[in-house]
Amino acid sequence: MALNERDIYNRLNEVFRDVFDDDSITVNASTTADDIEDWDSMEHINLIGAVEDEFGVRFKMGEVSGMKNVGEMAQIIAARGKK
Amino acid sequence: MKELEYPFDAQYILKKRRSIKRELTADGSERIKKRIAVLGGSTADDIVSAAELFLLNYGIETEFWISEYNKFYEDGVFGNPELDAFDPDIVWVCTSSVNLKMRSDPSLSPDEAKDRINAELDRYKLLWDKLSRFGCPIIQNNFDAPFYTLMGNMDSWDTRGLGYAVNALNMGFAEAAQQGKILLLDLNRTAAEYGLDRWYDRSSYYMFKYMCARDAMPSVGYKLALIIKSIFGKNRKLLALDLDNTMWGGIVGDDGVDGLEIGQETGTAQSYYEFQQYVKDLTKLGAVLTVCSKNEEENAIAGLNHPEGAVRPEDFALIKANWEPKDRNLLETVQQLDLLPSAIVFADDNPAERAIVNRTIPESAVPDLDGDRPESYIQTISAGGHFEPTAISADDLARNEMYRRNAKRAELAANAGDYGEYLKSLEMKAEICGFKELYLKRIAQLTNKSNQFNLTTRRFTAEQLDGFKASDKHITLYGKLTDNCGDNGVVSVVVGEIEGDKMEITLWLMSCRVLKREMELAMLDVLVRRAKEKGVKRIVGVYLPTAKNKMVERLYPDVFGFTDIGGGRYELLTDSYEYKTKYIEITED
Repeated sequence: MALNERDIYNRLNEVFRDVFDDDSITVNASTTADDIEDWDSMEHINLIGAVEDEFGVRFKMGEVSGMKNVGEMAQIIAARGKK
Repeated sequence: MKELEYPFDAQYILKKRRSIKRELTADGSERIKKRIAVLGGSTADDIVSAAELFLLNYGIETEFWISEYNKFYEDGVFGNPELDAFDPDIVWVCTSSVNLKMRSDPSLSPDEAKDRINAELDRYKLLWDKLSRFGCPIIQNNFDAPFYTLMGNMDSWDTRGLGYAVNALNMGFAEAAQQGKILLLDLNRTAAEYGLDRWYDRSSYYMFKYMCARDAMPSVGYKLALIIKSIFGKNRKLLALDLDNTMWGGIVGDDGVDGLEIGQETGTAQSYYEFQQYVKDLTKLGAVLTVCSKNEEENAIAGLNHPEGAVRPEDFALIKANWEPKDRNLLETVQQLDLLPSAIVFADDNPAERAIVNRTIPESAVPDLDGDRPESYIQTISAGGHFEPTAISADDLARNEMYRRNAKRAELAANAGDYGEYLKSLEMKAEICGFKELYLKRIAQLTNKSNQFNLTTRRFTAEQLDGFKASDKHITLYGKLTDNCGDNGVVSVVVGEIEGDKMEITLWLMSCRVLKREMELAMLDVLVRRAKEKGVKRIVGVYLPTAKNKMVERLYPDVFGFTDIGGGRYELLTDSYEYKTKYIEITED
């Protein structure tokens, strides 16, 4: 069963809010690290891990460093997410 | 906080660490503050942030200084102004097998293979020597098993194998720990517990220089927190145990002692036996055991005396077997033992009882024992690390406890101006009552083995003693003595046989462990009072000499004030008796 886009963004929102402990965050396809104050390289790792756990997906090494925005992340999840 | 107790959800902790930290720091509890320098051989930030939460939960607020990635050696050996200014309370060298600059190499000669292991060990020895400048404990990881083998099984025994090198280095690290140079964080076991295949996540290593999978990192932080909380005296001290379906299978009040599952007969019985054994072993770490169970006390004792069990009633500092709420019993227990509620670990198979204690005594630890799986109890309590020691061996700790008591008595004696003051300072309390079922075994045991402080050296079986208890021609007494250094248990036994208005003392004995405490005077007072109540005018004491009981030859005339009537017989007229107890508070039934 493929994940639908709206669900993916809703769940991504939850993950972002948990990781950055900020309930005001709402992400969309064009959100990048520049838009969220605490999103530095350490938090990026943590965020990737939390997203992997949430969707049962494993990003490839090149993807982790190459993702330009949340939209690319959502595309990978839509293609390979297991839950 | 439940989320930070074993078994914790690593993903949850990693994801929610900010809000968890916010919640913990806002709970208003008092915490000690400690500075911890982390010399990491890989990216340690996620481990540290998890450790910080576990430590906050243990009442320790931390400030961390983390070396730059893989600068642990340079910073440690050659110094770093930031680190030196940080003035750490703990230094943690967080290295792992990813830091070993060697691989399995069959082209090496045996000597070369050994040399490279020794060189690596020397490197760490130098690091520890240099770090000793901080004058604080150094926690050092040992090495996890390498993530692959070149020679398969042979990697682990051939000196040229990396598996062998890891084992040899770990042995070298253990020796350094034995010499007090470092404290070991057993990363090798941590990785094994986690599962080596899951432990290694090579993409995280290549991308972020993580030594292990991100989800495994809270486990490492947890092991670190266990050591640090132990160093700073935040260990638990008391294990309060429920009985039915916790210490044995079944309900002793309903099934009877014979119906309990404990021993070697079935798998379930065996799992309870091993749990009892484990619990008893914990006392060797200095843990205090108590019972907190909804039972008639008599049934509880009978269950603990189960011949197939591993514990005995004497293994427990206190037995609360009654129908009062358990939280109340627990609070009374810590008060009586002069401990704090934060000392408690409460083990109970019943989730409802656990929930109540969790809510009413939030400082206590309440491991989630799975009542359907008694075989999991040991693991659940052990992994909680409540009693984890650091600086001294288990043997030392047990011995310490004994020394502590003796030292305390000795200190009291030294501080007291005279002997009476010393006795007073012991705050002795005696329980002196007619024989009770509960103590019959101990009474029989004492009766049959006491030789020195024993006036008649008559031996009786438990059945005969039980007969005296039931007879109204006899007065039976046992005496239990407690002082502020500990409980001595049942230490004295007396039996008098009544004929008309005369009573003969047929049995009078006392354990030598309470000599010179005036316990014998307390026993005499109770005996005389009870004899008078039965209309006895004349008490006759008998001394039957043996090779071993010379110490009580003059007990009746010189200590008790009886009159010599010849033939080793002495007499007391009850009307003129003056009560003698001065330093012991007596409770009777």
